[in-house]
Amino acid sequence: MTNVPIDSLSLPVGKPQHESPGGWKQYFSFSTDHKVIGIQYLVTAFFFFLVGGIFAMILRGELITPEADLVDRTVYNGMFTMHGTVMLFLWTFPSLVGFANYLVPLMIGARDMAFPRLNAVAFWMVPVVGILLMGSFFVPGGPAQAGWWAYPPVSLQNPTGNLINGQVLWLLAVAISGVSSIMGAVNFVTTIVKMRAPGMGFFRMPLFVWAVLSAQIIQLFGLPALTAGAVMLLLDLTVGTGFFNPANGGNPVMFQHYFWFYSHPAVYVIILPVFGIFSEIFPVYSRKPLFGYKVVAISSLLIAVVSAIVWVHHMYVSGTPAWMRLIFMLTTMFVSVPTGIKVFAWVATIWGGKLRLNTPMLFALGGLIMFVFAGITGIMLSSVPVDVHVNNTYFVVGHFHYVLFGTVTMGLYAAIYHWFPKMTGRMYYEGWGKLHFWLSFIGTNLNFLPMHPLGLQGMLRRVSSYAPEYEFWNIIASLGAFLLGMSTLPFIFNMVVSWMQGEKAPDNPWRAIGLEWLVSSPPPVENFEEIPIVISEPYGYGKSEPLVAEAHNQAQ
Amino acid sequence: MDSYIVSEELQNHSHHAGEHGHDEEGNKMFGFIVFLLSESVIFLSFFAGYIVYKLTTPNWLPPGVEGLEVREPAINTVVLVASSFVIYLAERALQRHKLWGFRLFLLATMAMGSYFLVGQAIEWSHLAFGFTTGTFGGMFYLLTGFHGLHVLTGILLQLMIFIRSFIPGNYESGHFGVNSTSLFWHFVDVIWIVLFVLLYIWQ
Repeated sequence: MTNVPIDSLSLPVGKPQHESPGGWKQYFSFSTDHKVIGIQYLVTAFFFFLVGGIFAMILRGELITPEADLVDRTVYNGMFTMHGTVMLFLWTFPSLVGFANYLVPLMIGARDMAFPRLNAVAFWMVPVVGILLMGSFFVPGGPAQAGWWAYPPVSLQNPTGNLINGQVLWLLAVAISGVSSIMGAVNFVTTIVKMRAPGMGFFRMPLFVWAVLSAQIIQLFGLPALTAGAVMLLLDLTVGTGFFNPANGGNPVMFQHYFWFYSHPAVYVIILPVFGIFSEIFPVYSRKPLFGYKVVAISSLLIAVVSAIVWVHHMYVSGTPAWMRLIFMLTTMFVSVPTGIKVFAWVATIWGGKLRLNTPMLFALGGLIMFVFAGITGIMLSSVPVDVHVNNTYFVVGHFHYVLFGTVTMGLYAAIYHWFPKMTGRMYYEGWGKLHFWLSFIGTNLNFLPMHPLGLQGMLRRVSSYAPEYEFWNIIASLGAFLLGMSTLPFIFNMVVSWMQGEKAPDNPWRAIGLEWLVSSPPPVENFEEIPIVISEPYGYGKSEPLVAEAHNQAQ
Repeated sequence: MDSYIVSEELQNHSHHAGEHGHDEEGNKMFGFIVFLLSESVIFLSFFAGYIVYKLTTPNWLPPGVEGLEVREPAINTVVLVASSFVIYLAERALQRHKLWGFRLFLLATMAMGSYFLVGQAIEWSHLAFGFTTGTFGGMFYLLTGFHGLHVLTGILLQLMIFIRSFIPGNYESGHFGVNSTSLFWHFVDVIWIVLFVLLYIWQ
C-alpha cells in the first residue's frame, strides 16, 4: 500500500471484513451468484490462457531456427490454430465476461444479474468448449489445422475420412461458445437497461458498464452471422452440401464474409471492456475526474456501430473489387475517430494528476502505450496499398498481438490487480506486481516489435520454416516470448499467496468512487444492504459531492 | 447536480423504502425480445447468403429443375399467417380469464402449425433435388429446414403452455410464458413471409 495523497475527497475507507461466504467449494458448484460466476469465469479463462501460452511457447520454440525441426508440420498447424482459438474463445472472451459479471451488478447497484440461472448455464458451457477443443488432440488426425479462420477449402480437407475429426470438433466448440455468448449478451443488456439503481441514469453509469453494454450489443447482432457460417461449413464438412465447396458449386469467399462479419467486430467485443477498464483505472490513480465522460461513453457505442461495416478489410486480397476496397478502407480508418477520442480523453485525465504508480496503474499505462502503437499499425494496415503488400505476413501478427496482448491482456492484468482486494478481501504484494509488470512490458515489446520488420521484409505468418535472413529478428521475438511466459510465474505466485494469506484489504483501498467500493470486501451475497440512490456523476474526484444519497450510505 | 433535483429524486424513491422491486416479468419479456432480435440476424445472414448466391452463381438451378411449385406453399403461407391471428385471439381470451376459449384457440393454432409442417414435408418428398444438389439445393433445404425447426419449436411451446393451463392457479398473475410463445409465433410467421417471397416469388 502506498500512501494516498489527501485531496478534497473524504471517502470512507471502511473496516476490513474477512468472512468469505461459502468457501472454495462454491466455485465448483452451479452457483447463481454473479460474483461466484465472475470468479469462475476468470479462473477458468486464466487456466486456458496458460494452455494457449504453452502452445505459443512451442510455436516460438519452433521459430528460433529457420528449419522446421522441433515439431512436425501438422502438429505446428494444429498449434497455431489452437493457440488462436484458445486465446480468443477461452481467454479474452471469458475473462472479460468474468469481469463484467462480477462488476456490472455491483456498479449499477443491482442485487444480481437479471437472469441468474441463465448466467450459470452460460458459464458451464465454457468448460465444455475447452473439453471439445482439448479433446480434438486425441482424435485421429489431431486438432483442426486450418487456422482460427477455418477458411474453406482448406478447412474442408478431411484426410482421415472420419466424421469426428479436429475440424468438426472445432466448429462444434465455436458454436457452443457462441450460444454461451448470446445467453450472456441477452443477460447483460437486460441487466444494464432494466436493473439500474434509482438515480443512475445512463449518463451516470461507470464507463466500464457503457463498454460492456456496447460490446454485448455487438455480440447480439454479430455472433449469429458467424453461427450461420459455421453451420453451413459444418454441413459442407459432414453432409457434403455445396455452400463453400467449389467442387459442389459453392463459393469459398462467402465463408470469409460470414466469418469476418462477426470476427472483426469480435475484436471490439474484446477491446471495448478493456477500454472500460482503462476508463475506470486512470481517474482513480490520477485523482482527477475522467475527461469528457459523455463523449467517451458515446464513443463506445459509436465503435459498436462502426464495427459492423469494416469486415471486408480482412479480404482486400480475396478478389474484392476495387470500389469495395475503397469503401472499407474509409470505414476502417474511421474507427480511429472514436478510439482516438478515448485515447485523448485518457491522456487528458492523466495530465496534471497526482499519479500513484501502483501495479494497476502501471499495467493500464503500459497497455495504453502499446494500444497507441497498435492503433498506428492498424491505420497502416487499413490502407489498401500497404495491406496488399503485408497481408498475411508477420506485420499483421505483430499488429494484432499488440492489440490482444499489449492492450487486452495488459488491461486484464490491470483489472485483476485493481479489483483483487474487492474480490478476495486481501491485498496483493505490490513488489511482485511491479516485477510482473516490468517482465510483461519488456517481454511484450521484445516479442512483438520484431514482428513488424519481419513482416515488412515479407516473412509469412503460419509457417514453421523460413528463409535464413529472417533468423535474427525471430530469435529476439522468441526470447521475448519466453520472457513473457516466465512473467506469469510471479503473477500466479502473487495471486495464490495473496489470496491465501495476504494482508486484509479495507473496503475501499484505492479511495475510489463507485458503488462497488461502498460494500464490504468481498461483497456480501446480495451486494447491498439497501439499494443505494445515486445522486452524482461517476469519477467526481476532487469534487465534494457524495456519490449516493446520505440516508442510504450506512452500508459501512 | 443541484440540490433541487436531489431532493425530488429522494422523494420519488422514498416510498420504495430504498428497495425498488424489479419487474421480473418485464425483464423476462425484454430479454426475450432481445433474444429474438439476435435470432433474426441468423435468418438475415441466411437470406443475405441466398441473395448473393442467387445473383452470382452461374447455373443457379440444378440440371433438370425448372423451378419451384408455388401453389401448395402459397396455401401453406395463408394457413400460417392466419394462425398468427388465432394465437392472438387465444391471448385475448386469457386476458379476459376465459380459460376454455384460450385452450380452444391454442389448439387451433397448433393444428394450423402442424398443417404447415406436414405440407412442408410433402413438398420436400416431391422435389427432384436434394440437400447436396449444388448451392441451390443446400440453400433451399437450409432455409426451409431451419424455419421448419422454428415452427416445430413454436408448436412445442404452445403444447407446453396448453398443458400448463390445466394446473390451477398457474395463470392467475403473469403470462410471460403465453406472451413469449405468441411473440415467437409471430416472429416465425414474419420470417416465413420473407422466405416465401425470396424462394417462391422471386424465381
